[in-house]
Amino acid sequence: MNSVIKGASYVLVHTPDMVLYNGTTQTTERVVNPDSEYLKAVPEHLRSYEEAVSYWPNQTYIGNAHPDELAEIEFPYYDKKKEGAERYGKYGEIMPEEEFLLLVQACDMFEVVRLDKAFVEKYKEAFAKDPVISDDIVEKIHEGVELSEIETLISEDHAEPLYFEHQLVGCVKPAHDIDVNLSSHVMHENLMSKASSVLALLYAVKNAGIEKSDVEYVIDCAEEACGDMNQRGGGNFAKAAAEVAGLVNATGSDARGFCAAPTHALIEAAALVKAGAYKTVVVTAGGCTAKLGMNGKDHVKKGLPILEDCLGGFAVVVSENDGVNPEIDLGMLGRHSVGTGSAPQNVIGSLVADPLDRAGMKITDIDKFSPEMQNPDITKPAGAGDVPLANYKMIGALAVKRGELDRKELANFTKEHGLTGWAPTQGHIPSGVPYVGFAREDILDGKIKNAMIIGKGSLFLGRMTNLFDGVSFVIHGNTAAVQEEAAGVSEEEVKGLIAKAMKEFAATLMAE
Amino acid sequence: MDLENQKRVKEFAEEYGAENLVVVLGAAEGEAAGLAAETVTLGDPTFAGPLTGVQLGLTVYHVCEPEMKEEFDEAVYDEQVSMMEMVLDVDDIISEMQAIRDQL
Repeated sequence: MNSVIKGASYVLVHTPDMVLYNGTTQTTERVVNPDSEYLKAVPEHLRSYEEAVSYWPNQTYIGNAHPDELAEIEFPYYDKKKEGAERYGKYGEIMPEEEFLLLVQACDMFEVVRLDKAFVEKYKEAFAKDPVISDDIVEKIHEGVELSEIETLISEDHAEPLYFEHQLVGCVKPAHDIDVNLSSHVMHENLMSKASSVLALLYAVKNAGIEKSDVEYVIDCAEEACGDMNQRGGGNFAKAAAEVAGLVNATGSDARGFCAAPTHALIEAAALVKAGAYKTVVVTAGGCTAKLGMNGKDHVKKGLPILEDCLGGFAVVVSENDGVNPEIDLGMLGRHSVGTGSAPQNVIGSLVADPLDRAGMKITDIDKFSPEMQNPDITKPAGAGDVPLANYKMIGALAVKRGELDRKELANFTKEHGLTGWAPTQGHIPSGVPYVGFAREDILDGKIKNAMIIGKGSLFLGRMTNLFDGVSFVIHGNTAAVQEEAAGVSEEEVKGLIAKAMKEFAATLMAE
Repeated sequence: MDLENQKRVKEFAEEYGAENLVVVLGAAEGEAAGLAAETVTLGDPTFAGPLTGVQLGLTVYHVCEPEMKEEFDEAVYDEQVSMMEMVLDVDDIISEMQAIRDQL
């Protein structure tokens, strides 16, 4: 039987200081044009924690609003406030930067993170109050060091500074003197990814209603690489995060594929569980500091706040069929192969139409599609348009070309089978997976019968191939009862055959 | 326009000569197409890449513009581009592209 989606988590971390100091748009600008007007303008365009919390797309991401509710809000979203917005949602939370820096230190196993004593003292209590932060994690927090020590590490040891409200509060030291893969920059990036993945794992276990010890395997599908100069992408973020999250019975591995990785990882998880290799697999990913403020120049130019001020994370728990939860149907996988070609028509054909053809279904038979779910509030001012809508138009146009949809119905199709984007532009984070949590609930509630999750990845960015990539799968309602019923009929038949054979055997005995 | 792509366009222009080069765009938005066209003609308007202050003046079209469409085998165009043609705001793209060409 197919594996099921037992639960999902979605977390955000508001990191405005990292926008300025670690986002590549800003760090590149500092190299190319250190006195730029843009860099001076950035701090004025950063949102407060409260503003980030009350932002509609963020509330949608953590589950406090359904995408259908977001669709009712008048665009743009940045100048609207969600009344009653909260830090915690049914899928996760929006963690403030100060508490996250403590979590990062708790995730550091090699004492490269140093935090200011006064900073730790001030925020440790608030950090400990977080419902998913268990005592064993709080116990990992060191008391901190003097600020002067941090200043010395930055000036003499190339440590990467950590700021909160533009004040120096800590640093990340290099983990090696000359190895660039263990430099303070790389350690910083990797620890932020790891810590946000830990937060996602903690919520995923809680939301799925399972024990931490139930998890047997973790797949990390973020976009960072950890290793040293002899094995740059050695890994393994999955096991490293599982350790901090207390998943004592789990091992794991990292799956990479740019933005397509989460969908690849979910298919792998579903296959591992269906094959019986593991009973419970969690797919997880932390966020990406490099992408903070990626479109900041356009946002500032157009007088908007810098909307890419949060790290994103998610985790999905995939487990054996429990007869209740929606299934990942491994019989209906879409894949962009080496021979597919890169024209959008071929891409959508391979990811959407081909798997449906194999199952004898039409494009219009899928209730909801979840392709690239980027928040249009972020992408539109940057000239990249409404990415989810562009995907829906392409899927609809393909349905028209295949004669499955009337051309006049195209606009309607994008509404009925589509969703308004709400995910932060963190690469892998908006790709297909943001809807998995809602899809599970919408199917359980009978709102929809199925959904297609589509992951696409720009492999050419790695300069190893010019190819593009993508995979897709379909989630539908649980079929265990139907399958058992079908199995039940054949069981009766088997019993009948046995009875018949017994009678015949008895008859031969009598005859003798 | 991606900094790496700017570098490649610049290198091609140096290697083959600007008059022997046509840049074909596939951007999904008029604004993005216009920015890319501006970059390879008048120079990088974001002042970030290798084409900052470099006026290559290259011939540039979007693949959905009629001048480009005419160059294609009809069957190939139908297979590779027609779906996107249905999706894109072609009129907006054409006017953005024309606006840049008018400045040359």
